[in-house]
Amino acid sequence: MLDLSKYQSIGAALRDALDQFAAEVCLIESDRERQKERITYRDFKERAEPLARALQDAGFKANDRAAIIMTNQSKWLISAYAIFYCRGVLVPLDYKLTPEEQWQLLKHSSASILITEYPIWRQLAASPSRGSATRVKTLLVTEAPPNADLSGAQRWEEFRATGEPAFIPRQRSDVATIVYSSGTGGRPKGCMMTHENYLEQCMPFPALYPLWPGATYLSILPTNHAIDFMLGFFYPFVNGATVVHLRTLRPEYVRAAFPKYKITYVTLVPLVLKNLQKGLQARFETLSPWKRKLFTALVAVNMAFTRSRPHVGLSRLLLKQVHEAFGGQLRAIIVGGAFTEPQVLQFFYNLGISVANAYGLTEACTGITVNDLKPFRADTVGKPLPGMQVRIVNPDSDGIGEVSVRSKTVMAGYLNEPELTAESIVDGWLMTGDLGRFDATGHLQLFGRKKNMIVTEEGKNIYPEDIEAAFESLPVKEFCVFAANYIWPKRSMVGEQLLLVLHLDQGQTLSDELRRDISVRNSRLLNYKRVHGIVLFNEDFPRTASLKIKRNILAERMAQLDRASAILPL
Amino acid sequence: MRTIDETTQEVLNLASKHFQVPTNSLAPDDDFFKKLGIDSLQALELLSRLENHFGIELPDYEVQGVSDFRTLASRIQSRL
Repeated sequence: MLDLSKYQSIGAALRDALDQFAAEVCLIESDRERQKERITYRDFKERAEPLARALQDAGFKANDRAAIIMTNQSKWLISAYAIFYCRGVLVPLDYKLTPEEQWQLLKHSSASILITEYPIWRQLAASPSRGSATRVKTLLVTEAPPNADLSGAQRWEEFRATGEPAFIPRQRSDVATIVYSSGTGGRPKGCMMTHENYLEQCMPFPALYPLWPGATYLSILPTNHAIDFMLGFFYPFVNGATVVHLRTLRPEYVRAAFPKYKITYVTLVPLVLKNLQKGLQARFETLSPWKRKLFTALVAVNMAFTRSRPHVGLSRLLLKQVHEAFGGQLRAIIVGGAFTEPQVLQFFYNLGISVANAYGLTEACTGITVNDLKPFRADTVGKPLPGMQVRIVNPDSDGIGEVSVRSKTVMAGYLNEPELTAESIVDGWLMTGDLGRFDATGHLQLFGRKKNMIVTEEGKNIYPEDIEAAFESLPVKEFCVFAANYIWPKRSMVGEQLLLVLHLDQGQTLSDELRRDISVRNSRLLNYKRVHGIVLFNEDFPRTASLKIKRNILAERMAQLDRASAILPL
Repeated sequence: MRTIDETTQEVLNLASKHFQVPTNSLAPDDDFFKKLGIDSLQALELLSRLENHFGIELPDYEVQGVSDFRTLASRIQSRL
């Protein structure tokens, strides 16, 4: 890996990587099972620099912001590099958000450039919210059909200029990206990540999970997500490794990619890991009785030899067919983005497939702790990465308290939100809102959340306030949305649910009509944002002088209700 | 060429078969995540099955945000 301690910025490190590894393949672009292209680091540079020059010619200058809304593909990374080359600030946005949400974040981020794909652009252009992000001056659209109506955008492929673009260095403390950790409601949380955050985050990785030219990383998580930006772009690139894109999340193509591209590492959210587990279990069930007996015996032998640490070579030998299904080169599956149930992790480890359970937050530039597998501990999220100071604030008698972090990877703050930043970063310590404790061996265990939010198995952070707009003008006296575990704390990170709390008008009942109204509104939300149940609360909500709901006090009052009987299914 | 109603019915039939629920328990406007209790990956599995049945390819982005059978059927119909 490049010696990142010598660099001041992501752009400078990437620029050197493109030269140092010029002949290596940096990207394999597939469309399902069809391999479309292999791009070398030299190709990448030759595609990015004319784009950077065109951006500069269009007036894009230092500290200007440029947003990308794309699925995982080469043009995402090429555009990002061009933005860094111009000293710009990258705003990676989630392509799965609705067009209205995307316009809202474009406005909030003050992006002057938007780079997106044609199918996404069609929806954005048709959205009534278009026009709200008045600062967006340059619109670049990739892969538009020849006669497509571009609605004022330009073709990304044609937006090129000749002549070498000017590369002017940045400082480590400069903002590199604005990453939205959540918040498409009233209060978007745009994490301002500095160049130092990324450089420092990357530095401990090689000792744990090394990459090298020829090693392959399967990029499944969206690249706008902090994890894939780091592990599916910056980290492999500064090591000269290869990133594989599939343009689909269909389980059958994801499974097929492992042997086809001899994947070395992949990062998955728990939902996808569980899907892989389901597929493997289904295959085991088709084995004849004696083969299953033999297989069970081999798994037992593998477990005995891998108790203290993985022995990948031995596991590949013992459980050859399983490992061949994963391409035979897999070093580890990294799991992050949400809490993973220990039994799922253990299932893979028993087969000799190392699953590195990690814990982190966008606000801390991805990873805070990671399982070093020495030994494998399915019940923890591992030990702090080098350079991370992690402490438990206000521990109770069981040692459980709020996890807080201090390190060079902690963000500069939330964009335009000094108060929220001051609440989240106290004396240099990032308050995570997660509850945990360290065990005797220094492994962090998580026990739920202190904050009013949920994280889905797909790794989506959902803040209840953000989805209340869907229930606006609901014919009730007042309503709000809560995470169930915020009202009734549970020492668990699984089965998190959102609840719609209703205070009905006097004499009003929860009629079928009202239920229908709620169901229709709920169904308009993306499936992972939907509320799971209703709670009736017959008191006025406590409010501030400016009439904002005092959520913590309301939650305390609601906690007096019996959880099981209070939650009415939708 | 199938009509949209025929396509919708075939989508319902395949979904009921794939997830082993009675055909008459599914309706075009049902939210398939809720009705079938499935996650986004299971929905993608259903999509693959539908592609095979109809002999089409439906990119992931075409079904982004779709959660009812009727809309799903209309996306399929536009590619037939």
